[in-house]
Amino acid sequence: MSPREVRLSTTPSDEAIADLRLGDVVYLDGLMYTAREGVYMRALEDKANIPMELPSQSAANFHCSPAARINPDGSFDMGAVTATASFRFAKWLPEWMAKTGAKLIVGKGGMTSKDYKEYFVPNGAVYLSTVGYGTGALLGRGVESVEAVHWNEELGLAQAMWVIKCNKMGPFIVASDMNGDCLFERENAKIAKNVERVYEGTKPAVLKRYGESDDRRDEVI
Amino acid sequence: MIPISLIQSTAEVLMDKAAIEIPQDYLDGLQQAAKTEDGDLSSFVLKAMLDNYEAAKEDRRAMCGDTGVPRWFVKMGNEAQVEGGMVAMETALRRATANATNGVPLRPNRVHPLWRTDHDNNVGIGAPEIEYGFEPEGEWIDLITVHKGGLFGTDYRMLFPSDGIQGIKRFYLDSLMAFGKRGLACQPAIIGIGLGGSKDTCMALGKRASTLRIVGSRNSDPRIAEMEDEFKELGNSIGMGAMGFVGKNMVIDCNIEVGYCHTGGMPMSVHAFCLSSRRAVARIHVDGRVEYRTDPDWFTPYQRRETVDWEPQREAAE
Repeated sequence: MSPREVRLSTTPSDEAIADLRLGDVVYLDGLMYTAREGVYMRALEDKANIPMELPSQSAANFHCSPAARINPDGSFDMGAVTATASFRFAKWLPEWMAKTGAKLIVGKGGMTSKDYKEYFVPNGAVYLSTVGYGTGALLGRGVESVEAVHWNEELGLAQAMWVIKCNKMGPFIVASDMNGDCLFERENAKIAKNVERVYEGTKPAVLKRYGESDDRRDEVI
Repeated sequence: MIPISLIQSTAEVLMDKAAIEIPQDYLDGLQQAAKTEDGDLSSFVLKAMLDNYEAAKEDRRAMCGDTGVPRWFVKMGNEAQVEGGMVAMETALRRATANATNGVPLRPNRVHPLWRTDHDNNVGIGAPEIEYGFEPEGEWIDLITVHKGGLFGTDYRMLFPSDGIQGIKRFYLDSLMAFGKRGLACQPAIIGIGLGGSKDTCMALGKRASTLRIVGSRNSDPRIAEMEDEFKELGNSIGMGAMGFVGKNMVIDCNIEVGYCHTGGMPMSVHAFCLSSRRAVARIHVDGRVEYRTDPDWFTPYQRRETVDWEPQREAAE
């Protein structure tokens, strides 16, 4: 069975978001900006003014650094576009969503259902995962134009805030919904049934590590 | 004497090829995986990846937006000489890396670990890594570039002889489970396992097993080759596929490389060369010929030698 395909605006209505189901394949239209740890720290910790009108211009935050260059004449060349793992940004996302009204968090690997229930659902937001990972060329084709790049002097090209115009950019997979359910956790639960069988006969390492015991008064032998 | 300008221009072509053209051995492996995959979501992912390789070649754009940490392996025939010496060669490889980062373009990933300084060209302290190998005969030089992801899918552990094969299996499975969920390792991957060596060598062996051997190759030790088959099957029996979705394909192939280690230990490392297994190779001959290929052919009998002296006559007689 093929997944359902959906075209979605980067400033989506509440109804459009509510209609999304886990595992749907999404293609995006409209403006999307990249923001990851560099942008979050600059905007939230250093209190720099965000150089866009959010969420009216875009409600889609892409955890991404593109393979791109700024030409001497100020124009841009964007080649491949892929996401970076999002779980590392949980620290900043609640405040970022409150500040920017982001409705679509786009990245790699999703967040936990706890994150979804605590601040995605209350903000009317869902998570879209890139596919693969590494459909960089396909996503690059969906970039109609680069509208701007902000903070590249301060943060470097990889951490800068790139503003891109999407034209049927995709595929992305819906990884959370308005129940706060998590696609990846659903799949983990299915796979968990095999774990005992696969590990049968193997044994724990002779030398343990901290992390396997979180009590630092313990020894690791 | 191999001209330095030829080294730099060849290196720039290699950066471009590695970023854009998926190696045929990995592509064949993934196509085979796509045929056998029956999980709905993981099938969709594999099909999207196959489309992506086509798009990259058609558009001449990088297949993945994350360039990983581009690096170089250099192998030289014993008689090879480079114009300007090895310092000139290292400069040429650093230049090629910087030029291709801007030219392809690639993502400038490399930053200072503490100060996050970014030169926007993938060059900095210790970056790109340049590692060396030598072969007993020849006036050629092999340039190999590998663009491998830099964050997930890799782990190291000091095991001991009493851990045995079952301990090795457990750590292998732990690595696949830890980084396979949510697809952090960008599987299905070429899994490389390093066994033995000193700690740093153990990591290097595993990295080279995943990046410098092709899908379908087997270790020259028949008992290790059997383990490679067994471990491939074990990884694919977890029930996890692309992106951590239910599926049958986690491991496109499993390559194991070994080195002699401390008598009390059995260090092990696991590495995953991802859905964008980017490598490109060129042999530059002393007469100026350049031959491009995708098989690094790194692990020759000489690289795996066990003896004090190298006696090619004896090797040839075997």
